[in-house]
Amino acid sequence: MNVTSRPARLAARRLDLAGGRVDLTHGAGGRAMLQLIEEIFRPAFDNPLLSRGDDQAAFDVAAGRMAMSTDSFVVSPLFFPGGDIGSLAVHGTVNDVAMSGARPLYLTAGFVIEEGFPFADLRRIAASMGEAARSAGVAIVTGDTKVVERGKADGVFINTAGIGIVPPGIEISGDRARPGDAILISGSMGDHGVAIMAHRAGLEFETTIVSDSAALGGLVADMVAAVPTIRVLRDPTRGGLAATLNEICHQSNVGMRLDEAAIPIRPEVLGACELLGLDALNVANEGKLVAIVPAADAGRLCGVLRAHPLGRDAALIGEVTADPARFVRMATRIGGERMVDWLAGEQLPRIC
Amino acid sequence: MKHLDEYRDAETARRIAAAIRREADIARGYRLMEFCGGHTHAIFRYGIEDLLPANIEMVHGPGCPVCVLPTGRLDMAIRLARRAGVILATYGDMLRVPGSSGQSLLKAKADGADIRMVYSTLDAVKLAQANPDREVIFFAIGFETTTPPTALAIEAAARKALANFSVFCNHVLTPSAIAAILEAPAVRELDAVEIDGFLGPAYVSVVIGSQPYEFFADEYRKPVVISGFEPIDILQSILMLVRQLNAGRAEVENQYIRAVTRDGNMRAKEAVSRIFELRRDFEWRGLGHIPYSALRLKDAYAAFDAERRFNETYVATEGNKACLCPAILRGAKKPTDCRLFGRACTPETPLGSCMVSSEGACAAYYTYGRMREAAQ
Repeated sequence: MNVTSRPARLAARRLDLAGGRVDLTHGAGGRAMLQLIEEIFRPAFDNPLLSRGDDQAAFDVAAGRMAMSTDSFVVSPLFFPGGDIGSLAVHGTVNDVAMSGARPLYLTAGFVIEEGFPFADLRRIAASMGEAARSAGVAIVTGDTKVVERGKADGVFINTAGIGIVPPGIEISGDRARPGDAILISGSMGDHGVAIMAHRAGLEFETTIVSDSAALGGLVADMVAAVPTIRVLRDPTRGGLAATLNEICHQSNVGMRLDEAAIPIRPEVLGACELLGLDALNVANEGKLVAIVPAADAGRLCGVLRAHPLGRDAALIGEVTADPARFVRMATRIGGERMVDWLAGEQLPRIC
Repeated sequence: MKHLDEYRDAETARRIAAAIRREADIARGYRLMEFCGGHTHAIFRYGIEDLLPANIEMVHGPGCPVCVLPTGRLDMAIRLARRAGVILATYGDMLRVPGSSGQSLLKAKADGADIRMVYSTLDAVKLAQANPDREVIFFAIGFETTTPPTALAIEAAARKALANFSVFCNHVLTPSAIAAILEAPAVRELDAVEIDGFLGPAYVSVVIGSQPYEFFADEYRKPVVISGFEPIDILQSILMLVRQLNAGRAEVENQYIRAVTRDGNMRAKEAVSRIFELRRDFEWRGLGHIPYSALRLKDAYAAFDAERRFNETYVATEGNKACLCPAILRGAKKPTDCRLFGRACTPETPLGSCMVSSEGACAAYYTYGRMREAAQ
C-alpha cells in the first residue's frame, strides 16, 4: 500500500472528506494516492504491519498448515441493512478461511474505485472494514488502490484475500462427508439475500429484514476446539443452502436427506420470498455455516453452536446418505418429498 | 405469514390425503389437470403427488405464460430490443427463453442490447420517465392476473403524456386455453388425452371470477374446482374433484373462497376493457392458433402499442423439432417422455420454454422431482 510510517504532510491541504470526490489522480501512484491512503485507509485499518508502509507485509508463521482464500465484492447497494460492502468484504474472506477450521489472521484489501466516488462514502466503508476486522481478530496488513474512469465501475469494488492457521489435528474439507453423518446449520436461512433484494431499486417494500453478515472465525474456533471430528464446514453464500449442499454432495460423492420442518427461516424472510417468487434455500447468507459431523458428535456440536451468539438458532437438518446420483432430497413439511437443486441461472446479480 | 401456516400444516395435509385415498374409487382412474403453472410448481415443491393414491394422476396444463409464448413472439421481442435507442424492460424469467435459431434476450443483452429486468409494469414506466431520450418498451406477458397492472401502467403513461413508453403486449386469456384443450383434435382423437376434471387457477380467478368456468362444466361435463396455491388448498381441491366425479357431477366449485367470487374483480376487469380489446388470432406454443385468445391495445392507445409503433409483425417460427413442449403443454406428454429432457435440455441449457420458467412442467420435474425417475 506504500504507506509511510510518518504522519504524512505531503499535501498542502487535507482531503475534503465531507464534500470531496475521488478523481483519477488518486489512483495514479503519486502524492494524491498517498494522501488518500494516509487519510482514509491507514486510520481505519491501523496496525503495526500496515504502518511499516512496505509493498508487502512480512510476518512470522507457526509450524503446521495455513489456509488461504480470496473473494471480490461487487454488492449493490453498497450500504444495506445490517452491513455494507466494507464489512461484507472482511466477513466474506474471514469466513472462507475459517471454513477450513483455521483461525484467520491477516487480510489484504484491494480497491477499484470509480472516478467521482465521494470521499465520505469511502471513509465510511474503510471505517466499517476496520471495525469488522478488529472484531474478527484479523489485521488488514497490505492493500492496493486503483481508480477507473467514471462508468467503468459502480462506485467501488473490493477484493480481499485472507490467511489463517489451521489448528493441529483438524482435517476439514468438502470431500469428507460420509453416509450417516449429520448435517447442521448455524441459524436461519436467506437473511442476507432478502435484505439486499428488498433494498434494490424497484423493490421497495416495507421490511425489517437485516443481513446476517458476520465473521464466523470465533464460532468456528469454539466448534473445532470442542468437536475436532468435524468433517465439512462451508458458508452457504451465493446460491444459498441448496447450492452449498449440492456442492458437498458432488465433492464427497454422497447424497443427502433433509427435513424441511427443521430448517429455520424467519417468517419475514419467508414472506419476502413468497412475494418475490424465491425459495429461501437458494438465497444467500453471509453469516451462517453448514457443518457435517459423524452422527455421534452431532448433539455435542449443536450444543456448542447454540452456546455462541452467532449459532443460537442452530439446527440439525438432515443426514448424509449413500446415493450415486448425489441428490439432495427433502421431506416436505406436509409429508411429501422433493429434491433441493441448484438454482439455474442468476437469481439476482451482485448480491455480494 | 402466520395466516399461511394453516394452509401448510402437516396434520391437516395427512387428514385430507387420507380422505382422498379412502374416497378415490380403486376401480377407476382420475386424470386431473391443474391448469396453472403456479399449481404445477406447488405440487412438485411440496411433494403433493407422494400423498395421492396411484389412480389419481395430475396432468400439467398450459397455464404458464412464459411457456405458451411461441418462439416467433420472442423473436419479435429480441428484434425490438436490438433497435437503436430502445430499452426493453422485461420480467427476469423471459431472459433465458430460447427464441428461434438459439437466440435469447440474454444473448441479445450480452451483444449490447439494453435489456433491463423489472419487477413490475410501473418500474418500466419509471424507467421511461428517467430516460426521456430513449424508447422504453415493456415486454408484457401473462394471463388475466398481470393484465390489469399493464392497463394501469398504460393509463398512467397516457396521463403523464409519456411519449417514449410502449408495451409489447402478449397478454392471453385462460378460458380460451381451456376451451382449446377440450376441443383440440389432439385431445379428442390423436393422443386421446382424457381429462376428468380441472383444478382452476387461483389468482386468475380472483380477477375473472368463477363464472367463466361454468361453460366448461355445462358444455363439456368437466368439473372445475378453483384452488388456492397452498398445499392444503390443492389437496382439498383434489378431494372436491374426486367427490364430484364419484357422484357424476360436473360443477364449478370454489375452494379458494377466501379470494375468489363469482364475478371477480370488477375494477380490474374494467381497467382491462378500457385499454385492451380481443386479438383476432394469437398463436400459442403447444395449442396452436386460437381465435380471440389474447389481447391487444385499443386503437385509442395505439401510440403505446410497440407492435404498431415500431411496425413489428409476427412471423411464425419453429422451435426445436425434438422438443416436446407443445405436447407437454396440452397434457398429452410428460416431461420425461421427451428425449431431450435432462440431457440436452436442462434449466442451464433450456431448449424449450417449459424448462425455463419455474412454472413450467419440465423445470418443476427437473428441479424437484427427477429423483423419482432415477429411482424407477
